[in-house]
Amino acid sequence: MTAPVIEFRQVGLTYPGPPRVPAFRPCDLIIERGEFVTVTGPSGAGKSTFLNIAGLLDAPTTGRYLLDGVDTGALKDAARTALRGRRIGFVFQSFHLLPHRSALENVLLAMVYNGVPRKERAARAREALDRVGLGHRTAAPPTRLSGGERQRVAIARALVTRPSLLLCDEPTGNLDTVNASTVLGLLDGLHSDGMTVLVITHDAGIAARGARTVALRDGVLTERVVTT
Amino acid sequence: MIPRSRRRERAVEAVESTGLGPRDLLAEATAGILQRPARSVLTALGTVLGVGAFVAVLGLTATASSQIDARFDLLTATEVTVEDIAAEQDEFAGRAFPADADARVERLNGVRHAGVYWTAGTDRGLRVTAAPVGAGAGGRPIDVVAASPGALRAAVPTLAQGRLYDGYPSRTKQPVAVIGSGAATLLGITTLEAHPAIFIDGKPFTVVGILSDLSRKADLLLSVVVPRTTAETLWGPPARGAKMLIATDTGAAVQIAAEAPTALRPDHPEYLKAIPPPDPGTLRADVTSDLNQLFLLLSGICLVIGAVGIANTTLVAVLERTGEIGLRRALGARSRDITAQFLAESGALGSLGGLIGTSLGTVTVVGVAVVRDWTPVVHPATVAAGPAVGLTTGLLAGLYPAWRAARIQPTEALQR
Repeated sequence: MTAPVIEFRQVGLTYPGPPRVPAFRPCDLIIERGEFVTVTGPSGAGKSTFLNIAGLLDAPTTGRYLLDGVDTGALKDAARTALRGRRIGFVFQSFHLLPHRSALENVLLAMVYNGVPRKERAARAREALDRVGLGHRTAAPPTRLSGGERQRVAIARALVTRPSLLLCDEPTGNLDTVNASTVLGLLDGLHSDGMTVLVITHDAGIAARGARTVALRDGVLTERVVTT
Repeated sequence: MIPRSRRRERAVEAVESTGLGPRDLLAEATAGILQRPARSVLTALGTVLGVGAFVAVLGLTATASSQIDARFDLLTATEVTVEDIAAEQDEFAGRAFPADADARVERLNGVRHAGVYWTAGTDRGLRVTAAPVGAGAGGRPIDVVAASPGALRAAVPTLAQGRLYDGYPSRTKQPVAVIGSGAATLLGITTLEAHPAIFIDGKPFTVVGILSDLSRKADLLLSVVVPRTTAETLWGPPARGAKMLIATDTGAAVQIAAEAPTALRPDHPEYLKAIPPPDPGTLRADVTSDLNQLFLLLSGICLVIGAVGIANTTLVAVLERTGEIGLRRALGARSRDITAQFLAESGALGSLGGLIGTSLGTVTVVGVAVVRDWTPVVHPATVAAGPAVGLTTGLLAGLYPAWRAARIQPTEALQR
């Protein structure tokens, strides 16, 4: 039996303040390999805090967080960074693409910090762009791509390191419905291929696409299983 | 199922940090600089000016020094002049040089040739003519120099025709003359085959040689040179004091200058003043004057301005690229990788400025040298130091912005 991708054991985060802000109340959560989980909740519910903890960008103040079976609480900053770089692929609402670099170069950037041999990088980047349907636009800079294409480049960048978890923060927040639908279809496809996908969204319609939805309100996480 | 040991390996591999390799660091820094080329060029300008001024000042100093080195050649280094200053010491002292002055000095170890000379008849105005009477007798403004054979040889003469007067005519006070090529032209003498004579105050002198060149005392080319003994007999002792020209072996000049007055006048060495060749070290020290220090100070100020420019631009770039820094952190960049990247960018800008500055400085040195007809000299150390100074400036300027960049939290940066 492999370890769960995400295992929260009474993980919580309180900003020390003053005033003390319990941004994420202690909770247990297990996300197994290959799951498609959506995290939903209104603004200020603690979605960003959850993303930061799950994405190893912030450390919880209580509890234990195991990513791929690795206890992240015991890790020093460099090791946390390495784990983040190798096991988590981020997809952000605002894409975070470097405007002066081509789609291919943006995807290549993800492999720079993770010890991928240089000679393998170009092939892997092209493969990732092919996977998101942008194999023909490798040379285009983000400024010449549509919003949907930009987000697909960002997904390719997240995939190229072959992570255990695809962590998407409002991935369709900046897209029109057509492009949003394409991106969500792509995420569904990746899930079908076995990728563990975690989507954070305030949109109930998108939240409903997940096989499993976790609701957040005022820093309290409650699980509801959606049967489809 | 993955065996337990394999799972441990995967876990260890996942947390093992690889960081940014040197090639990737270089590539990322270059990409960062090329992202905004115009701004990068302007940023590097301060360093260009600073390093350019630095190289130009050091290069021009070296070039000017080498001009003095060139003047300070072997000929100068082996020449000693001894002056008769007896009249300044004692009005009744008389002539300082003894009759056997040449022989006394030539006995010294390291002396090649030595001889006394002076301009004869300065008190009475000797008239040199090509004929005793008639058309050729108009008289020319030609100096008559009394010189012992040693003095002529010490001047390293090249003869066009004939020979020097050797010991015999000198000893027996013969009326013979060696004339310079310039004087020969003035006197209309083109060949010695007819044993031509010239007339000094109506007294005939046989011309035995015509000088085409002299390494020392080139003014003799416009003079008539007669034996010292002959001149003394005809016109008396030198009116304004004689001089002695000594040609020495290489490296012996300073020693000879110290010994010559005593060798000539053991009783009154103070009647003679020996002038050794100038010390090259002193000359170079003179060139490194306050002016050069001022220029170096100015180039230092340029470098500081350049450094402030780089620091400012890099800091602005850090603030502008906060989102990018957050992304890089999310992609697995450690804070030290971010530091390294911004330091590499500022260092590369500094080095680039240093390289361009070194080139411009060198071109300036060459340009000035060409205009002045000098040989341009830029020490290899200066050329090597230029880019290094640029690199150091860039790295120092990048320290604070890089530190700021490394402190940016990815959670904050990604909100942008």
